[in-house]
Amino acid sequence: MTHFQGTLLIAGGVFVLLAAASALGAWLKFGPADSRPHALIDNFNLRIQAWWAMTITIGLALLAGRIGVIVLFAFVSFTALREFLTIAPTRRGDHQALVMAFFVVLPFQYFLIGVEWHDLYEVFIPVYAFLFLPILSALKSDTRNFMERTGTIQWGLMITVFCISHIPALLNLRITGYENRNAFLIVFLILIVQSGDILHHVCSRLFGKHQIAPGVSPNKTVEGFAGGIVTAVLLGMLLSWMTPFSAGEAALVSLATALMGFFGGLVLSAMKRDRGVKDWGSSIEGGAMLDRVASVCFAAPVYFHIVRHWWST
Amino acid sequence: MYPTTFMQRPVPEAVSWALTRFTRLITGAQARWLGCAPVPVQRIYFGNHNSHADFALIWASLPTPLRRMTRPVAGADYWNASPLRRYIIHEVLHGVVIERSREGSTVEPVDIMAAALEGGDSLILFPEGTRNTSDDLLLPIKSGIYHLAQKCPQIDLVPVWMDNLGRLLPKGEIVPVPLLCSISFGTPLRLQDGEDKETFLTRIHDALLATMKSARPTEP
Repeated sequence: MTHFQGTLLIAGGVFVLLAAASALGAWLKFGPADSRPHALIDNFNLRIQAWWAMTITIGLALLAGRIGVIVLFAFVSFTALREFLTIAPTRRGDHQALVMAFFVVLPFQYFLIGVEWHDLYEVFIPVYAFLFLPILSALKSDTRNFMERTGTIQWGLMITVFCISHIPALLNLRITGYENRNAFLIVFLILIVQSGDILHHVCSRLFGKHQIAPGVSPNKTVEGFAGGIVTAVLLGMLLSWMTPFSAGEAALVSLATALMGFFGGLVLSAMKRDRGVKDWGSSIEGGAMLDRVASVCFAAPVYFHIVRHWWST
Repeated sequence: MYPTTFMQRPVPEAVSWALTRFTRLITGAQARWLGCAPVPVQRIYFGNHNSHADFALIWASLPTPLRRMTRPVAGADYWNASPLRRYIIHEVLHGVVIERSREGSTVEPVDIMAAALEGGDSLILFPEGTRNTSDDLLLPIKSGIYHLAQKCPQIDLVPVWMDNLGRLLPKGEIVPVPLLCSISFGTPLRLQDGEDKETFLTRIHDALLATMKSARPTEP
């Protein structure tokens, strides 16, 4: 299959699936729900709208090339960091650290991705932001909740900037026999994680009985977990033609990716519960940015490292 | 009331438009009208005060017809201190500028505000009197709002609660951080017949806290 045929196939496939989901949503709304407000169906329709928006945005960014992808994910990081720090317990003394996080650390991380400085973008936030931002806060001599404040800022940067920046970083990998096709690595990652998410949601609704962590999220069940993981692995094998992996390898990579995605959703749910909020913000219809990308955040660095270690030259 | 079309005042109107867009963009705030509707009737909006951006946020959150008839009450010491601030407060925001310290001033601030209300405009004011930089939710309410309500008992007082603005641009900082803010308009109240000052100020205080509570997200 040529590169062009592959692109057509995947774009067409996603389009058909989304169109089918939209049609189903419209039928549910005007048929069974009789155009009246219905929590479950309205939520489903909002999610479909968000998927359309996501698909179109990612598609356009991929068409625009490397810079387009980097700018898109820098924007995703910015929005997610904004949502994360909005509910963080920071105080006045953290203001300069927050300014640095938004306007220096975030752009610089994506600059490093852009210039392919691998050694530095892997340690810049975990080491240098980690060391320097608390200094700015400490200089303000306000020690109340200091551990919690500095810890939360660092966590926010790790999740929303460091982890998400590993998605565009996939374009930097050099894989023999896979030249100019790295964009497919991104499409593969997002499809696997998102389909795992969706099937988890559906299976939990349909068959969910045994809750995994009822204190964190009543919607995460063993049945949903199994459905999501199995779907992601099968889809990964089916889509292995677009990756440098064999079908068996694709199954293992998808398994690791989908597992991380699931636990990412779980961890971020626990954080929301701790802060007493249901959604992170209201920037995307059907939920906030961080709600949409929670699973990809956890999956991206692991996927990146697997591909880099075993496939890249 | 002011000339309201773009052609009559192109520069202030353009600045006003830009300021409104910029404020909405950087705060990400969408107004929640919880206790009253966004209709163009004369009101006194009173909010919690954490940041210089408070004015801009209330002002930017009002739909255009309401914004055109609403004037923020501002402290002369800050807003008359530079030509740019003077321009913004007088030409763009149509502010009602009052002296906060009584020394050397012959006119009571409350009289200036009452005069603005007689012109038919709404007001935005901060009954705490100054920005709250403490850890408490609110500072004690100053008595000014009671005296104003005595002069204009027929005008609705609308509580406005803003979350996170103090974190967006704390006192003394220059660069704002783009955290998401929220702004909620609560249930209006009026001075009741024979109500004494303490009772009324307590009601003002409680109305702000009630607006905050009704706006905070609750557990599913």
